[in-house]
Amino acid sequence: MITLPLVLTLSGILFAISVAGIFLNRKNVILLLMCIELMLLSVNFNFVAFSRFLGNIDGQVFVFFILTVAAAESAIGLAILVVLFRERRSINVEELNTMRG
Amino acid sequence: MLVEIIFYAFAAVLVGAAIGVITSRNPVFSALYLVLAFFTSAVIWLLLEAEFLALVLVLVYVGAVMVLFLFVVMMLDINVEELRKGFTRYAPLGAVVAFIMVVEIVNVVYVKRLGLDVVPAAAALPEGYSNTRELGAILYTDYVYPFQVAAVILLVAIVAAIVLTMRQRAGHKVQDTVRQVSVRRQDRVRIVKVAAEKRATEADEGAGADSGAGKGA
Repeated sequence: MITLPLVLTLSGILFAISVAGIFLNRKNVILLLMCIELMLLSVNFNFVAFSRFLGNIDGQVFVFFILTVAAAESAIGLAILVVLFRERRSINVEELNTMRG
Repeated sequence: MLVEIIFYAFAAVLVGAAIGVITSRNPVFSALYLVLAFFTSAVIWLLLEAEFLALVLVLVYVGAVMVLFLFVVMMLDINVEELRKGFTRYAPLGAVVAFIMVVEIVNVVYVKRLGLDVVPAAAALPEGYSNTRELGAILYTDYVYPFQVAAVILLVAIVAAIVLTMRQRAGHKVQDTVRQVSVRRQDRVRIVKVAAEKRATEADEGAGADSGAGKGA
């Protein structure tokens, strides 16, 4: 029988891996976007698990909305990435210092 | 027991795929590992009896978002080696942060307890229970307004992505609708005064006919 702490631990491990991925691939924008997708997936795991174990379907509705927003976010992120590559011929985060931020 | 074995097997595959995403040398492999991660997550969601979301995850993420990622990764000509500089330098820091996060989450889940043992096992679902039907019933009643907002967000995303990536090429012919609509009669039609010709006399006509006949002969 799957228990709630098991699923929460799995989701925590997944989140930790994606945070480590953001540290490791801090120059590559594509991999940063992929790590964000992975983070959203682990958050969705929590929602699905709590929804199942508390017998309340509202959590799954939230997962539905998170999926929608994540799809929109990745579409816009990739569009920005394509424009960026067209302008600079590079996707290295360290070269993106036009705004002096 | 069988459910547990399946859960552990797919959880192991999921963690392995996630590690593959963040460590593989080529971004294409990263994207493919992410596809594997989404598939295994869908299986685990099926085990948690969230059937609709599992299928949506496969359709939307694997079918649309990851294909978009793969297109972009293959379209851009990236020097991967240059981007991977500093990978080994940041690896210990990343590992330490990940380890601390896992310890914290395990601490919260198992040591502090949170009263999670109040719900040790999920209640069995009644016969003929349909996850999709339940989700639809609540989505189109209680959550109808957020549902509309989600639709608007998708529309905005489409428009934003198209506007961002659209560019005007040189020598590109395009209709100027404003000029087309605001055109006036004076711009297109020119009335020219032409002096009326004098009507030819009878004698001239006869001579003309004669000459024409002569040409014909």
